[in-house]
Amino acid sequence: MGVFERLLGRRAKSSSGAVARERLRLVLAHDRSDISPALLETLKDEIVTVISRHVAIDAEGVEVTFSQSAHETRLVADIPLSPQRRRRKNS
Amino acid sequence: MAARVITISSGKGGVGKTTIVANLGVALAMRGQRVVVIDADVGLRNLDVMLGLENRIVYDLVDVIEGRCRLRQALVHDKRLSELFLLPAAQTRDKTAVQPDDMVRVCESLREQHDFILVDSAAGIEQGFRYAIAPADEVLIVTNPEVAAVRDADRVIGLLEAEEKGPARLIINRIKPDMVRRGEMLDIADVVELLAIDLIGIVPEDQAILIATNRGEPLAFSSDSSSAGRAFHNIARRLLGEDVPFLTLRETGVLGRLFRFVRSEGD
Repeated sequence: MGVFERLLGRRAKSSSGAVARERLRLVLAHDRSDISPALLETLKDEIVTVISRHVAIDAEGVEVTFSQSAHETRLVADIPLSPQRRRRKNS
Repeated sequence: MAARVITISSGKGGVGKTTIVANLGVALAMRGQRVVVIDADVGLRNLDVMLGLENRIVYDLVDVIEGRCRLRQALVHDKRLSELFLLPAAQTRDKTAVQPDDMVRVCESLREQHDFILVDSAAGIEQGFRYAIAPADEVLIVTNPEVAAVRDADRVIGLLEAEEKGPARLIINRIKPDMVRRGEMLDIADVVELLAIDLIGIVPEDQAILIATNRGEPLAFSSDSSSAGRAFHNIARRLLGEDVPFLTLRETGVLGRLFRFVRSEGD
């Protein structure tokens, strides 16, 4: 294990091997799910609608993406709250 | 003992499937196994030239399926080994000439008198792949440590799971130790983790493979002369149930240490 970590350390972050690994991680997550880019857009729009009903959010900044680990794929929604709302709350 | 039918598949073309089938066939036959290698890539016949048997073909797989000859008549005996036979693909037909049931039937009739039936699948995920996996008891997936090949391998693994053919095992072909060391190539641990299936072999890039192919004499015939030749024999031994550590390339230094890592993590 130590040897392996040393190998990893030797490999610069932007080395093409590491880039390939990260690109594959994402590509495989998309390929493995039955979720098309169009469906992902629909999901995003509906999430925005539902959340907006209760909280002011920055609809433009919402991102719905995949994250892939060794044995599971997650759908991750990143939803920024609307900045105005937070200012009002703080003042 | 009835034969095990093992299909070798990849999704992407050009990753070395046929080379691996030829060499595994030779390596298993050298260990006293009775082996038939079937070229299931109808229309793009190649396993015959890998084995140097291209001048000995009389009948082919489609002739057998369509009843123009008996199965035994189509088998080409590799005279260098007592128990290695090739069932060649048709070159002048296309993949619509073979149905999944045909392959199942052919393999069933071969089972009794052999120990291993290795099926060299066509690239792709269409009909040529479908009929190649139909008779399979086991599937080996061949990939290269590069993005497109790994992605296609993942597609094939998904399809195999859907067909309940899994779990498939993985052969990583054409790894270049110096590039892995420089971080300029996906390493074994990366590929195994991404595809999440068991590893059965690692074959290093080796110029000796092209030389062997030029001559029609698979590298596995001289098992000790090259690192790739040893890798093929190690895969054959693992297929036979031997516990062979992934240590065979220890002399290459870092890659050897990597193998040890994969072994301790992966098995």
